[in-house]
Amino acid sequence: MSQRENVERRATRPSETDESVEAPAKAESVSTAELDAEVDSILDEIDSVLEENAEDFVKSFVQKGGQ
Amino acid sequence: MTVHRVMGIETEYGISVPGHPTMNAMVSSTHIVNAYAQHVLAGGRRKPRWDYDLESPLRDARGFDMSRSEADPTLLTDDDLGLANVVLTNGARLYVDHAHPEYSAPEATNPRDATLWDRAGMQVMERAAALASASGVTPPILLYKNNTDNKGASYGTHENYLMRRSTPFADIVRHLTPFFITRQVFSGSGRLGVGQDGRSMRYQLSQRADFFEVEVGLETTLKRPIINTRDEPHADPEKYRRLHVIVGDANLCDRATYLKLGTTALMLSMIEDGFLDDVQLTPANAVREMHQVSHDTSLTHALALSSGERRTALDIQGQYCELARRYCAQQSGNAIDAQTADVLDSWESVLDRLATDRASCATDVDWVAKLELLEAYRERDGLQWSSHRLQAIDLQYSDVRRSKGLAARLEQRGRLARMFTDDEVGRAVVAPPTDTRAYFRGECLRRYPESIAAASWDSVVFDIPGQEHLQRVPTLEPLRGTREHVEVLLDASTTAADLVAGLSVST
Repeated sequence: MSQRENVERRATRPSETDESVEAPAKAESVSTAELDAEVDSILDEIDSVLEENAEDFVKSFVQKGGQ
Repeated sequence: MTVHRVMGIETEYGISVPGHPTMNAMVSSTHIVNAYAQHVLAGGRRKPRWDYDLESPLRDARGFDMSRSEADPTLLTDDDLGLANVVLTNGARLYVDHAHPEYSAPEATNPRDATLWDRAGMQVMERAAALASASGVTPPILLYKNNTDNKGASYGTHENYLMRRSTPFADIVRHLTPFFITRQVFSGSGRLGVGQDGRSMRYQLSQRADFFEVEVGLETTLKRPIINTRDEPHADPEKYRRLHVIVGDANLCDRATYLKLGTTALMLSMIEDGFLDDVQLTPANAVREMHQVSHDTSLTHALALSSGERRTALDIQGQYCELARRYCAQQSGNAIDAQTADVLDSWESVLDRLATDRASCATDVDWVAKLELLEAYRERDGLQWSSHRLQAIDLQYSDVRRSKGLAARLEQRGRLARMFTDDEVGRAVVAPPTDTRAYFRGECLRRYPESIAAASWDSVVFDIPGQEHLQRVPTLEPLRGTREHVEVLLDASTTAADLVAGLSVST
C-alpha cells in the first residue's frame, strides 16, 4: 500500500513538471518559485521522517478515552 | 484589567506502543512516569506521593455534591489506585490519569509563563518516553500531544483559571459559552476526520469539538460539557473557584496556547467586573454550533443566536476583542501592562489575518499550519483526503519527539513561531515559576528531597527525622510561598526540620 502510494507520488511531483521549471521567468515569480522550493523541501523533510507504513501506523493508534 | 491571574494547563498525552497494539495503556503510561521519576530521583531519593487529602472532584460549582454511587468510576481521581504519581521540582505533577500519562503544569500568574511550563511538559514527556524506551522493561513507547485517536476516543487538555468566588456561575456560563465555541478559529489544532470516530475524512478546526455533547455539567469523560462545573479550587473555597476548562485542544504552537490563555483571561476579567452584562451572544444551540464552527474551514458559517441574529465566529470574536480593548482602556488607560497589550494586539491581528490572509496564520495557528501541510502534500502526490499518509501527517504533527514531530520540524525551520529559547524551556523543566506557591513546592522537593513524604497543589507534607507524625504544611493561598516570601527562610534552613520550625515561628 505505502509502496504504491510512493510510486504515485514520485510520478506527480510538481517540482518535476515543466511549469515549475519555467517559473523564474518573471521577477514576481521568483518569490513564488522560492516558495515552491521551500514547500518542496518541507514535503521532502516530511517524507524523510513520516512513519514508514502509514496505514499500519494510523490503524494501530488506538486510545482509551480520557477526560 | 489584565491577563494576569493564576492559571495552568494539564495535558493527557496520547500513547502508543508500535507493533504491540494490545499493550495495556495504563501499564505503558506507568512505565513513562516511573522512568522519568527514576531519572530525576537518581541517587536514591524517596518518591513523594501525591497528597489527596483535600481533593473533592465531585463538588459541583452549582452548589451540590454528586454522590459517589451516582458517579462514573472514571471520575474518582482521588482514589489513589497505586498508579505512578509524582511531583517534580518545577512544581508540576506527572502521573497516570486513566490510560494516559498526564503532565499538570505548575501554577503560573500569566499566559506567557503558563505556556512556558506547558512547553516544558512536552520535553518532560519526550525525555520520559526516551528513558522508558531505553529501559528494556517495555518496547519503545511513543507519545502524542493531541486529543483523539480518530476512532471514538478523546482525552483532554484542560485549562485552569482561578476566579473570584463571588462571581455568579450563571454569568460565567452565559458569556464563556459563545466565546468557547468560537475561539476555535485561532485555538484549534486541526483534525482530519469528522465525527467522534472520524467516519468522514474531512478536515476540521478542532481536535475536541465533536466530543462535546451538552452545554453545562460535571462530567469530563462522557457527555462532555462546554462549561465544566467541577468546583475544586485547591485554594480557599470561600475566596476562590477554579474554573476548569475542558473544551480546549492540545496546541503545539506556543503562540496558540498563549493566545488561548490570554484571551480567556481577558474574558474572565470582564465577566468578574460585570462589563459584559449587556452583551447578548447566546447561541440558540451551543453544542451544534460548536461542531459547525469547527467543521467550517472557510470561517463563513453564521451561528444562529437566540436573539434571532446570525453571526460568524470571527465576528463574535471580533466583538469580544473590541470590548476587551475598550475595557482595558477604560480601566488602565496608558498604564496597561505589556503582556495584556500584547494579547490584545495578537488577538486583533489573528482575527484580521484569518479573515483576509489565512495563509499568514500558518506561523501561529495550529489548524492552519497543519492544513497547509496536508494541502501541499495532497497536491504534490494527488492524494484523496482518505489517504492514510494524510492521516499519518495529522497524527505525527503532534509527536513529542523533536526529531519526528512535524510541528517541531516546522518550528526548527522557522515556519511555526516560537516564544522561548531552548535554555528557557530547559530551565522550566527543572525549576518552578517564582511567583506562586509552586515555588515553595518545587524548591522543597529540590532542597529537601529525603524529607518530603507527599505534596499536592495545596500542601507539602514533611517527614522529619525523629518526629513521630508527618508535618503537613498547607499552601491554600496560590500567591503565597513565592520566592519573595520564602527564599530567605529556605536559604536559612539547612534541613527540612529547620524549615518547618521556621515556618511555625513566622505564621
